[in-house]
Amino acid sequence: MNPIFKILSGLGSQVTSRIWRLGSATRLFLLTLIYSGESFRRIHLTIREIYFTGVMSLIIIIVSAFFVGMVLGLQGYYTLQKYGSSESIGVLVALALLRELGPVITALLFAGRAGTAITAEIGLMKATEQLSAMEMMAVSPIARIIAPRFWAGVISMPILASIFSMVGVMGGYLVAVPIIGVDHGAFWSQMNVNIDFRFDVINGLIKSVVFGIACTIIALYEGFDAPPTAEGVSRATTRTVVTSSLTVLGLDFILTSFMIAH
Amino acid sequence: MIQKNIVEIKNLSFGYDNRMLHKDINMVFPRGKVTAIMGGSGCGKTTILRLIGGQIKPKAGQVSVDGKIVHKQDRQGIYELRRKMGMLFQHGALFTDLSVFDNVAFPIREHTKLPESMIRDLVLMKLNAVGLRGAHKLMATELSGGMARRVALARAIALDPDIIMYDEPFAGLDPISMAVICDLIRTLNDALGATSIIVTHDVEEAFSFADYIYFIADGIVAAEGTPKELSKSKLPFVHQFVHGEKDGPVPFHYNAPSYKKDIYESI
Repeated sequence: MNPIFKILSGLGSQVTSRIWRLGSATRLFLLTLIYSGESFRRIHLTIREIYFTGVMSLIIIIVSAFFVGMVLGLQGYYTLQKYGSSESIGVLVALALLRELGPVITALLFAGRAGTAITAEIGLMKATEQLSAMEMMAVSPIARIIAPRFWAGVISMPILASIFSMVGVMGGYLVAVPIIGVDHGAFWSQMNVNIDFRFDVINGLIKSVVFGIACTIIALYEGFDAPPTAEGVSRATTRTVVTSSLTVLGLDFILTSFMIAH
Repeated sequence: MIQKNIVEIKNLSFGYDNRMLHKDINMVFPRGKVTAIMGGSGCGKTTILRLIGGQIKPKAGQVSVDGKIVHKQDRQGIYELRRKMGMLFQHGALFTDLSVFDNVAFPIREHTKLPESMIRDLVLMKLNAVGLRGAHKLMATELSGGMARRVALARAIALDPDIIMYDEPFAGLDPISMAVICDLIRTLNDALGATSIIVTHDVEEAFSFADYIYFIADGIVAAEGTPKELSKSKLPFVHQFVHGEKDGPVPFHYNAPSYKKDIYESI
């Protein structure tokens, strides 16, 4: 075969397979929405998943948030003091966390901690014929397995992001006030005055809800679509992290541009 | 009207892409009987169970269950048909995050609104039938292969199905577990008044309990009959299979160009 033709056809098949996967992931997303009734009628199914995806991710979220907040405090103070506005450190830490770092880092950590767990679990359920068995028992795996995990992810993400921002602010405070010696009152009052609830807090929450939908559906789709072999599941798990991370960063740019334009 | 044959397969053809797995297959599964489908590995035995369960659609022909054509049913219709079936998967396919008790209770909880006390009685009855009532508190992951298969069997019969399908029920079991499962298949079939369809390649076991046997080879029904008829069969394929001969109509070698040509070409 002509090498140029080979390259082009390889490229073409890559593109079509990506589009095909996007289409089938969208189909899974729509089916999940259609079959969501049971996740709320039998709320214990969703609560159980919130425990596994949300509560079990708390440690990594809290520890990371604390360090991120402390680093923000240090770096922020270092730069701000050059301009003589080190009292604004509280605003800087809170804005960075609420608008960007809270939702984005939470989503990235969520993809690594909960997303991979979801993909591996569903991939292995498929490989060991548990999903087939459920189908044969006339129980829809989408209603019983996929939808509760989807809603658990969507509900957990904004809560985790809020906790991240809150703990991050505490980390920033710890560095700025007791250690560096910024005025306690200035730290909080500047933050209080300069943070807009609608523009900063709500927009951050909107971001984390969107990231929650994206990360969870990617993890679910990768597991559901994984070839039923050890290699298939491991590759699907890797793809979950890569695709989720890129999607989160891309979506963050799009959402931020809309929010700032507004 | 009650059909004599609960499952009928008529002129069924099925395949993936260009490779046809089944060509024009006809089979009937009479009510109350234990019927075995036998054949070499990869000949599409399990696919027949999946076609009966409506998990895949035939390329041509039809499978009817209780007089209803499976692939013409909508999702609701297929789910209604599946509620009449119980299936034992090759490795049990137990839900690993649930206990033995919850695994057996799963179909009952999903499809009925029975009170928990009644579910408990039902589950313990089913587990007792397979001899594992004492194991109801164990997790599915704590069971041996044979025990997992028996729990899966209890789950398959939880809703007293009309049809019980077994996918390689003896694969990878020790002789004792094998004898237990063998005995259970016959006992449960007769006690529940069900119809059993067993996919297997274990000759001795299948011949000991089946009422009727179909042999599949090269995508067609190569032979059929009662175990007695088949053990006397002079057909070369059946003879090779029943006596476990290495070479015969089913060749030892996978399709390949001549040995000489292959060796010289690589030089």
